[in-house]
Amino acid sequence: MKKTNRRQFLKVAAAGAAILTTGKASASEAHRKVNNNTLSMLYDATKCVGCKACMAACKRVNGDYGSLAYEQASFDRDGLWDAPQDLSGSTRTLIKLFKESERDWSYVKYSCMHCQKPSCVSVCPVAAMTRDPETGIVDYNKNTCIGCRYCQVACAFNIPKFQWDRAIPQIVKCDLCKNTNLRQKGITACAEVCPAGAIMFGKRGDLLAEAQKRLAENPGKYLNHIYGEKEVGGANHLYLASMQFNKLGLPVLKDEAPAEFSEKIQHTIYKGFVAPVALYGTLCWIAVKNMRTHGPDEKDHHNDTDKQGGA
Amino acid sequence: MGHGEYQKHEAKIFTPSFIVLLVLTLIGFCLVALRFIKGIGAVSNMSDGYPWGIWITYDVATGTAIACGGYAMAILVYIRNRMHYHPMIRSAILTSMFGYGLAGFSVMVDVGRPWNAYNFFIPSQWQANSAMFEVALCVMAYTTVLAIEFLPAILTTLENTKWEMAQAIIAWLSPRIAPDKEALQHKLDFVRAGATWLKPRLDKVLIFIIVLGITLPTMHQSSLGSLLLIASTKLHPLWHTGFLPLLFLINCMYIGYSIAILESVISCYAFKRPFETKELSGLARIIPWLTVIWLSVVIGDLAWRGQLAKALSFDFYSRFFLLEFCLIAAGSFLLFSSRRRESIRWLFVSAALIVVGGALYRFNVYLIGFNPGKGWRYFPALAELMITVGIVAFEILGYQVIVKILPVLPRLHTRQQIDAAAETAQKA
Ligand code: SF4
Ligand code: SF4
Ligand code: SF4
Repeated sequence: MKKTNRRQFLKVAAAGAAILTTGKASASEAHRKVNNNTLSMLYDATKCVGCKACMAACKRVNGDYGSLAYEQASFDRDGLWDAPQDLSGSTRTLIKLFKESERDWSYVKYSCMHCQKPSCVSVCPVAAMTRDPETGIVDYNKNTCIGCRYCQVACAFNIPKFQWDRAIPQIVKCDLCKNTNLRQKGITACAEVCPAGAIMFGKRGDLLAEAQKRLAENPGKYLNHIYGEKEVGGANHLYLASMQFNKLGLPVLKDEAPAEFSEKIQHTIYKGFVAPVALYGTLCWIAVKNMRTHGPDEKDHHNDTDKQGGA
Repeated sequence: MGHGEYQKHEAKIFTPSFIVLLVLTLIGFCLVALRFIKGIGAVSNMSDGYPWGIWITYDVATGTAIACGGYAMAILVYIRNRMHYHPMIRSAILTSMFGYGLAGFSVMVDVGRPWNAYNFFIPSQWQANSAMFEVALCVMAYTTVLAIEFLPAILTTLENTKWEMAQAIIAWLSPRIAPDKEALQHKLDFVRAGATWLKPRLDKVLIFIIVLGITLPTMHQSSLGSLLLIASTKLHPLWHTGFLPLLFLINCMYIGYSIAILESVISCYAFKRPFETKELSGLARIIPWLTVIWLSVVIGDLAWRGQLAKALSFDFYSRFFLLEFCLIAAGSFLLFSSRRRESIRWLFVSAALIVVGGALYRFNVYLIGFNPGKGWRYFPALAELMITVGIVAFEILGYQVIVKILPVLPRLHTRQQIDAAAETAQKA
């Protein structure tokens, strides 16, 4: 029994060591500062004219690669327009109009926030969601994704969408045109086509400075808040608007990334895999001891193996 | 370990309940086929706001807790050294095996791209930050462990059976297609010898596997709570707390003991065996201690986070919270009295209260307290429900059949018990 004990222990310890190394890498990642050299977009809702050119461009450019489709409106029998009602398994970005009164209204653009500490990356069990530390792009790989939809549960902005109506579904979300427009032209499709200059593309640091400049130069025009600067530990999609952001469907969020909180607890429990191994060791010791004390009468039972049937 | 403690239940396999369960199972499996042909949206009401519906909430998060009978009994027998409960363990392990195996099956129905699941075995894809990664690996490992723990029941049967069925088939076949009767006989002997060879060897290492079967649920049951830690903006503050892993762990333990009681009562009733009152009242003594710890953590945590007022506000969330809380508290209160613990009826009622309350807690965390934002709504579709019903039906069906072909239920020891059994059988 001793021998099996040791062999078993070594096996578990080896598995523990494997997880230890991956655990360490992620622990150091957690203390990463916000990286302002990553790629970003700044959307200025006061400049947006609601023409939806960005939506059309996104679908045109990423349609094949991202498996996007046109969405028909119920009144449009001939399928003349693409009319998504929300982000969906066929739509990566969307413009909406929020109208409080004739005077108070605002457009808003939805797409992935490319968080600095993304929840979706933290929760994906097979690393199908990844964040490139150089570019800051949060990308999705359908070739590893198992479709568990945990990223959807985790994302505070409800960005990742699932293709509910397909037999071979995938997650759909903005990837900053990483494999399409950005690679070919060095700029995202939506920023490239915007005729009103409402979408700016650039380094996060530069865009933050630009946003601050606009706030300083136009007192009263904007709400004094750059959405995405601090939310959930900082995002790479920044917003300026004249209307309260939560009215535009952008939730009020804390500065701490939810992923910091959950990973802290997960790491406390599984730090270096020590606790589970210790638990297993202790339990083995107790159980073996218990078995010993019961040795003799257990032996008796042994001779009397299962008789079939009985009563 | 004494295998002499178990026996087959001698009874017909094809009963009316067998047919009903079979029909439900078949309906469920047809709908599963539909899901794979037409997509998840065709059978379910899940949406981008509620990406996890009844399949994850019931089949996985709640179903595995209900399948924790094997885990709870193993702790009691091997760690707390109460060997006299050993006869109850095999049926507990069998239900756990079904519960976990089918939870794994539901996951494969639920996930959108199951063919990519092999990535769980590729170290470069491992993502130790993800509670789901941990849950997935542990559940797979634990299902294997349960199967090994159950192996002795199969091995003894292989070893001792007279192969009546197989013999009959051979006798029927031999003149027709397979004239080589000898060779077939030889193969059967070979299987039997293999079982005889494997059993003592398995017995030696079994304890280490059993302990693994205690460690793994401790890990993944707490991680089932950790899964929702990240949803800090979506899960209602009544349930979103850093103590989720601890609460889920204790929750699965008291559900485990309660379900062991329910199972024993129900199967004794259904199979017309005498009730195991003494063992059950012993089990019942443990439960209130666990629930009291659990309830104190819940209240202490709410007080500490300043949410007590919300808990008593009687709005939608508060009502569900209070319901869950009261069910568990009432069940435990009943079990504090030793007189009630001696009565099968009270044992049944209080264990049922605790299982329902404990399951409601998991529903609250995964569905009812989960609010992704304005405009999202979820209630399971009929087809979605029927898939879950089909899976549960299959579980009960499998249990019914297996206890009749393998030695699983506790052996009726004394003359008295046997007489009592005969009496109850006669009455019915
Ligand atoms: S917005 Fe959501 S999907 Fe996009 S990076 Fe952040 S967590 Fe991920
Ligand atoms: S659905 Fe895919 S990308 Fe999202 S968490 Fe699951 S495996 Fe990762
Ligand atoms: S960056 Fe590219 S993928 Fe993202 S919304 Fe704009 S066009 Fe679409």
